[in-house]
Formats: sequence, structure tokens, C-alpha cells
Amino acid sequence: MSAKTADKIATGIIIFITGLIALALIGLLGYILFRGMGHISWHFLTSPPETIRKGGGIGPQLFNSLFLLVLTMVITVPIGIGAGIYMSEYAKAGKITSTIRLIVEVLSSFPSIIVGLFGLLVIVNKFNFGFSLLSGALALTIFNLPLMVRITEQGLRSVPLAQKEASLALGISKWKTIRSVQLPIALPIVLSGSILAAGRIFGEAAALLFTAGMSTPRLDFSDWNPLHSDSPLNPMRPAETLAVHIWKINSEGLAPDATQIAAGASAVLIITVLLFNLGARALGRYMHNKFTASK
Amino acid sequence: MKKSNDREVATPHLAEEWVGKVYTFICILFLIITIFSMVYFVASKGLSTFLVNGVNVKDLLTGLKWKPDGEPPMFGALPFIFGSFSTSILAAIIAAPLGFCAAVFMIELSPKIGRTFMQPVIELLAGIPSVVYGFVGLSVVVPLFRDIFPGQGVGIAAGALVLAFMILPTITTIATDALASLPAGLKEGSYALGATRWQTIYRIVLPTTLPAQMTGIVLGIARAFGEALAVQMVIGNAPHIPHSLFQSASTLTSAITLSMGNTAMGSVQNNALWSLALILMMMTFVFVFIIRWLEGRKKL
Repeated sequence: MSAKTADKIATGIIIFITGLIALALIGLLGYILFRGMGHISWHFLTSPPETIRKGGGIGPQLFNSLFLLVLTMVITVPIGIGAGIYMSEYAKAGKITSTIRLIVEVLSSFPSIIVGLFGLLVIVNKFNFGFSLLSGALALTIFNLPLMVRITEQGLRSVPLAQKEASLALGISKWKTIRSVQLPIALPIVLSGSILAAGRIFGEAAALLFTAGMSTPRLDFSDWNPLHSDSPLNPMRPAETLAVHIWKINSEGLAPDATQIAAGASAVLIITVLLFNLGARALGRYMHNKFTASK
Repeated sequence: MKKSNDREVATPHLAEEWVGKVYTFICILFLIITIFSMVYFVASKGLSTFLVNGVNVKDLLTGLKWKPDGEPPMFGALPFIFGSFSTSILAAIIAAPLGFCAAVFMIELSPKIGRTFMQPVIELLAGIPSVVYGFVGLSVVVPLFRDIFPGQGVGIAAGALVLAFMILPTITTIATDALASLPAGLKEGSYALGATRWQTIYRIVLPTTLPAQMTGIVLGIARAFGEALAVQMVIGNAPHIPHSLFQSASTLTSAITLSMGNTAMGSVQNNALWSLALILMMMTFVFVFIIRWLEGRKKL
């Protein structure tokens, strides 16, 4: 076989396989949306699930997922940005810093189930937070911190050195420079990275099984006092999220329409994650255009 | 805070600097304390199986029978260890060539379609939650395998296929970065000598980027090794070493997921599960060090 024929065959195979990957993704998305869309209705999105009868919804689960997302981001963002600033601005190159870097890398490669088990042992049992939204949010914080640190570092590194030096030359303190000069420039990257992290939180289940729990008490959606035990806003109540719900009805669902519910819930999950993805891109682009001179 | 005073007084200035330092330091300290306590707590729980309950380390690592409620209880975790390794390595064997092809397509063949179409496709694949992969595996892959091959359809093959899709974005992204960062002179030299594109790819591009490709593959294996729910849904969860790829099996993560809620804290059955978690954690360390080693080689 001549080299030219081999080249043509190999090119053909590579294009074929790449096409196959693209087709697989389109098939995957199409399958989930096609199977699930028919089941999505206002009733499905708002009503509580049924254990053995048909016609249950995912209302509380959807609310739990969104509330948990907000709680987690409120804890993760300040700590993650702070740690990221330390790593990129304050840490001096040397043994200690490279050790910290290794630690962050190890933490980011821990399986989410290990984070969940740690949450069960320390947050749920030792701190006595029980199976609750707060425990879940703390476990997810641990899970997402390394990502947040990396995003912040990346964002700060994209700031032109001249801008930082100009600020320091004006006699402005380092912390003020970071806060009012560097962070605003890094904001598009930090923000779009945070939205991607939010998508990850929304779909995470393994870390939540043993921290936020696998059940939701009956919620009274007219009671918004966070201190009441059946209020949806109470952070100390157990909360089954959408992703956990999908897992649970697939492995032990008793309702006759369990597969349809799983399909519908998967479609809702996918659509939300896609929205996060597109939102992150659009926001990043918009802010880049707004803050820089480029059109 | 009054703005007009800032210029006159120097102390707030220093105080501000101090606030920044302390705040960021507390944040990083939180991170470090978290990881050390994580290692400490999981290790102390996992080791108590051996130290408190007197289970033999060798029995746990090489035993073939997992019967926590038996008389006497048996804790042989080899089927789980075997399941975890076989699913994740098989997944990497499926995903690595696919990822390499996609990367070659995106960098060498058609950068335009690569950037505008394949890049978003790969990013979307990365964003799909693992339970959704598990659900699709359960409702598409498992019935398909049940029709084609003997058995129930669940097992290592189904688990590996689902995992392959999950780790494909990781492998592809790293392979793409590696190909993109290759010095142009290398390829141009090869083309100038009259080599075809394919000859250039497998004689020049593949060997020079191999350490980076390996990094991607090991990262993929590490992710597959720790993945819990998607695998648990399609693997069948039978605690023995299967005779074929299409027979029900179990992994470390699936065993932990299934039984952790049903055992009482502090019992020997529960501690044995923590030992499985400890094995999982040790493997994470091993993967991180392999990746570090590969990255060190890349710089040469």
C-alpha cells in the first residue's frame, strides 16, 4: 500500500470516528429530550412525588436543587476567591507553595463519593448537622473549592501586569489593588467559571446521598420562615435533590411510571445544565466586550 | 468608610493590607485543614477494620467472598477491586483512541469545524451529570447488550461503555491541548521531507505528545475509578468476580453506595465499607503521583 493510500484511509477513519462522537452526543441529547419532553408539564414540575401511585412530580426536588445551589455558591465563592487570590498574589514561590498546590490538586481529584463520606462522618455526625441542606452545601463546597481556586487564579493571571503595577505605583495598597483593579478585570473569567461550577453542583449526586439525604419532608410552600421545620427555606431539613431523585427512582422506584419520571427529570436536569453552559458563554462574551475595547 | 480621610491617614491603609492578607490566608488554611482532616478521618475509620475488628489486611485485599452478614462474616474485597480496575481501564481503552482521533481532527484536519462544532460538543459531553449517563446506560446500553450478548446486559462491559463516554471529554481536551502546543517546526520538517499527513501524525505527532496523552488517559482512569452512581446503575451489583464482561459485577464505589446507608456506624460491616473508601482514596493518591510523574517527563 502506498503512503498516499494509507494517508487517505487514515484520514477517512479519523473523520468517521469524529463524526461518530458528534453523532453519539446528538443521539444522547436527542434521546433524553425526546423521552423526557413529553412528560414535562407544569404539574410535573410543581407537584410532589408519589411513592406507589402514578402521576408524581418533581416539585420539591427541583426546589431543593436550586436552593442547594444558591447555598453552596454563597459559601464557595468567597472562600474560593480568597484562596485563589492567596495562591496567585500572596503565595511566594517555594516548597510550601508547591506543597499547597499539590494539596489542591489532590483535593480536586478526590472522587465525589469520598467527599460525601467525609461529609457523613464529620459534618452530619460529628458536627451534628444531620442530613440537611447545610450539610449538603458544605460537602459540595469542599468538592468545588479546588475548581473555584483554579478559576480565580486563571482570572487573575489574565490581568495585564502593567495595570497592576500602575495601581501599585499610585501608592494604592496591594489588597485595594486586588479588589478594585485586578478582580474587576478578572471578573468575566471568574464569573463564567463559577457558572460552570454551578452546573456541576446541579448535577452532582454521589456527594449528596449521605449528606443532604435521600428524602424530603412534606413542605409547606406558603411558609417562608427559615426557622420553621416544614418551611422550604429551612437549611436544617433533609433535602433530596433532582439528581439524587433520578438515581433513587432508577434503583428503587416503585411508582408504575418511574421510567417516565426519570426521563422527565433527566430532561429537566440536562436543560438546566445546558442553560448554565450557554449562560456562562454568553455572559463571558458580553462582559469581555463591555470591559475591553474589542468589538 | 469615609473616602476623604483615606489620603490623610496612613493607618487604615496598613489595616486594609492586613485584612487582605489574613482573609486570604484563612481561606487557604480552610482548604488545607479540610483535606488533612479528610485523609485522617477516612483513614482512621478504614483502618479500624483491621485494628479494632481484627480483620486481616491480606484477607480483605485478596479474599474472594464478600459476606458481611455471614457466619463468620467474610470481607474479601477483591471482586470490588477487580471490578473497579477492569471497568475504568476498559473505559480508557475505548475512550483513548476516540479522544485521540477527535483531537487530531480538531487540530490537524479541520480546525474550523473543530473550533465551532467539535469543541462545544465535547464541552457539552463534559457537562452532562453522571446520573443522566447512568439513566441512559440503564435504558439504552443495558437492553442493547441483553439482546446481543448472553446474560442480563448489566456488567463490566455496560459500565465501561458508560464510563468511556464520561471520560472522553477529559481525554480529548488534554490531547487537543498537547497537539496544539506542538512546535510547528517539527511538523513542517516532516512535511518538507515529503511525508504524508498520516505519516507525520503517527511518526512525529503521536510519539512527541505521548506523555501528555498518557496524562489525559490516567486522568480519565482516575475519574472513572471514582465514579459512583452511573456505574452502580448499570453494573448489576453482584459481589463476585464475573466470568464474562456481560455478567453482573461490582465496584468499590457501587458497594459503598449501596451498603453505606444500611449498616450501623461503628459496626464491623460499616467499618469494612470505610476500608473500601480508604482503598479508593489511596488509589487517588497513586493516580495523582502518576500524573505528576508524567507531567515531569513532558517538560524534558
